[in-house]
Amino acid sequence: MTRAAGGPGERPLLLRGGRLLDPSTGLDSTGDLLVSGGEIAEAGGTIEAPETAEILDVSGLVVAPGLVDLHVHFREPGGEHKETIRSGAAAAVAGGFTTVWTMPNTDPPIDDPAAVGFVRAEGERAEGARVMPIAAASIGRRGEQMTEVGELVLAGAVAVSDDGSPIWHAGLLRRLLEYTQTFGIPVLQHSEVRDLAGSGMMNEGRVSTALGLRGQPNAAEAAMVARDIQLAALTGGHLHVCHVSTREAVEQLRMARRRGLPVTSEVTPHHLALTDAEVRGYRTEAKVNPPLRTGEDREAVREALVDGVIDVIATDHAPHHYEEKEREFDDAPFGAVGLETALGVAITELVGPGLMSLAGVIERMACAPARIMGLEGGTLEGGSPADIVVFDPDERWTVEPDTFLSRSRNTPFAGRELTGRVRRTLVGGRIRFEREA
Amino acid sequence: MTADERPGAGLGKDLVGLEGLTGEQIVAILDTAEPFKEISERRIKKVPVLRGKTIVNLFFEPSTRTRISFEFAEKRLSADTVNISASGSSVQKGETLVDTARNLEAMRIDMVVMRHGSAGAARFLAERIPSNVINAGDGQHEHPTQALLDLLTLRDRFGRLEGLKVCIVGDIVHSRVARSNIWGLLAVGAEVAVCGPKTLIPLGIEELGVEVFGRVEEAIAWCDALYVLRLQLERMQAGFIPSLREYNRVFGVSSERLAAADEDLVVLHPGPMNRGVEIDSDVADGPRSVILPQVTNGVAIRMAVLYLLAGGRPEMAEAAKRGEG
Repeated sequence: MTRAAGGPGERPLLLRGGRLLDPSTGLDSTGDLLVSGGEIAEAGGTIEAPETAEILDVSGLVVAPGLVDLHVHFREPGGEHKETIRSGAAAAVAGGFTTVWTMPNTDPPIDDPAAVGFVRAEGERAEGARVMPIAAASIGRRGEQMTEVGELVLAGAVAVSDDGSPIWHAGLLRRLLEYTQTFGIPVLQHSEVRDLAGSGMMNEGRVSTALGLRGQPNAAEAAMVARDIQLAALTGGHLHVCHVSTREAVEQLRMARRRGLPVTSEVTPHHLALTDAEVRGYRTEAKVNPPLRTGEDREAVREALVDGVIDVIATDHAPHHYEEKEREFDDAPFGAVGLETALGVAITELVGPGLMSLAGVIERMACAPARIMGLEGGTLEGGSPADIVVFDPDERWTVEPDTFLSRSRNTPFAGRELTGRVRRTLVGGRIRFEREA
Repeated sequence: MTADERPGAGLGKDLVGLEGLTGEQIVAILDTAEPFKEISERRIKKVPVLRGKTIVNLFFEPSTRTRISFEFAEKRLSADTVNISASGSSVQKGETLVDTARNLEAMRIDMVVMRHGSAGAARFLAERIPSNVINAGDGQHEHPTQALLDLLTLRDRFGRLEGLKVCIVGDIVHSRVARSNIWGLLAVGAEVAVCGPKTLIPLGIEELGVEVFGRVEEAIAWCDALYVLRLQLERMQAGFIPSLREYNRVFGVSSERLAAADEDLVVLHPGPMNRGVEIDSDVADGPRSVILPQVTNGVAIRMAVLYLLAGGRPEMAEAAKRGEG
C-alpha cells in the first residue's frame, strides 16, 4: 500500500492533529507531525503544511514511534506454509510494528552469511516492517561450534541466538558473550535447562497434574537465567533473556539489574495476559514455550515490566499451520502468533487495569527495544527515520484470526475483545499499512 | 443421595472423565450397573438393550483387560462391535486422529470407545464427532470406567462410599487410574490420600483435595482401602526410582505390612499386577484382595455407561434388561 508521499524523493506527508506520544522525548500533546524524505522533519505544535504535502487527518488518534519486536519467527526458508518473510512483514505492520528481528530457527537455519543476506533481501522486497535477521549462535543451532559471527554481522545480522533451543554449554555461551563484543551485538538466549524441562508440554503445577500432561517446572527457566547472568558478569557481554515467564527468573534479573550487569530481557503479551488455566480443555493454541505459568508468575512479570526489570515486550510470534495445531496436545507444536494482537493485548491488559500508562506501553514496545539494541527509530525526534504507528487507543475490537495478514491463525486470543487498534503504520515515511475505522 | 433420573443420568454425549461429574451422577451410574451385574451370571449372557447400535473400539495403545471388558459389555448388550488397534490401521500410515474419526463417522457408527496415549485425546475426538465417545484411557489423564468399577467394588464391600478413606499407592504421576479415582472418590464424599516416593507424586496434588503420605505404613494405618497401582518397569529406566527391589522393600504391599491393619481393610489393584514389586502374591490372592471382583464389576459398569450414553434412564435399566426398554 505504498503511496507517493512521505518517502525519500516523494511529497512530504503531514499527520494533522493527533496525540503525539513519544516517551523517548517526553512528548505527549496534540499536534502535527511532518514527514519528509523518509524522516521525521518536525513533531509538535501546529505545522504549516508545505504546498506539495499530502495531509492526513489523525485527530483522535495516537501518533507514536513505530513498535519494535525483537523476537519473531518468520519460518522462511523451510516453513513457508506457516509464514513467509513477506506475510510476516505484512502482519507486523498490521500490528503497528515497523521493525522486527527474525529468529534463525528456520530450515535450514540462518547460520551463514548467504542465509542472512537472503532474509535481508526478502525483507526489503516485502515492503512491510523492516526485517532484521538474528543469526544462529552456533552452527546448525547444535550448540557446539560458534558461527562466523563477524561474517554474519557484515551480511546484516543484528544479533545471534539459538532460540528454540538454549545455548546449553556454558563454555560456548561464555565465548559468545566475549566474541560478540567486537561487533557490539547481543546474544539472545532461550533460557531453559533441558533436563528439567524434559518433554514438558505445559507449566508443571496443579493444572498439569489435573490434565495429566507432563510439566516444565519454573526452575527449568530460572536456573538457566541464573547461570547466564553469571556469564554476563564474567564477560561483560550483552545477554538478552528471551520470553521471561517465571517469578524466579524475574528475581534473578532484578539482582542483575541491581548489580548493573549488561543483561536485558523481554516478556511476551501472552505471558502478560494469560495463565496455565488457558490450557484446560487441551487448547493447543495455548501451548507455547516457555509455557503459560500461574497467576503469581503473571503478576511477577507484569510488575517487572512496569518497574523496568524486564525491558521490553516482544511477541515471540510463532506461526503454525492450523493442521499442525489441530492435533492431540502432545503432538501439537509450541507457539502462538502475536504480531497482530500485541498492542491491543498490552493496552487491554496493562493500561486497562491501570498498571501502566499508554506512554509506558509505547516505551516498552517501541522506545526501549530500540534503545537497548542501539537501533535508529523508537522516537519521534526530528531527523529520525519516519517509523510511526498511528492507532486508536479506545477502539474495541474482537480478535478474528481469519482476518490476520499472517499466514497462520494460532492465537490464544481468538474471540477476545481488545481495546486499542492500529490504524496506520509508516515505515521510512511510507504508509505500509492502513485500516479505516 | 437419590439417583439422577435424567436420560443418561445427565452425562451428555460422552464420558471423557470423572472430573466435573457430580456425586449424584456417579452414584446413578453405579446404581445403573447393579441390574446389569446379573446378566453376566446367566447361562445365555445377552440382552437386546443396544441391538442395532454400532460401536467401534479404537485402541491406539495395547490393552487386554479394558478392551475385552468393553467388548463383553457391548456384546452382552447385543451391540455390533468393531475393534481397531493402532498397528495395522491407517494410523500407522500417518493418518491424523481427526481423519480417522471422520472416516469412522462416514461409516455411520453410534459410539466410539477409545484408548489413546495422549492426554486429552478422548475430549479431542468427542468435540469433533457426533457419536458418543467413551474414554478407555487417555495418556496420563483419565480412565473413568476403571474408577467407576473401583467405586462399585468399594460400595459392594463397604455398603457406602461417603466418608470412606481410600489411599492410592504408587506411581501417581503417570497414572490416569489415580486421577479418575481421585475425582470420583471426592465427588461421592470419600476421603482420598496418595502415597509413594516423591518422584512419583505430581506437583500440586494436594490442591486437588487429597492428603499425601510419604510412607506406606502411614497410609495403611490411615485407610479403609488401599489402592495399589502398577509400577511400570520404564519408571526405573527413566530414573524415577533406583530399583524395583528397593521399591518393593520400601513401598511394596506385603502381608507383613498389612498385619497390623484394620481387619476390614481391602486392597485394590487395576491390573495387570507386578507380583513381588508393588504387591506381594499373598496379598493379591489373600482375603483382603478385591482384585477379581473389580474385574467382574468392570463389565457391569461398562454396560451401564454404554446404556446411559445411548440415552437410557438409570431407573429403567432393570426393564431395559428384560427387553422392555
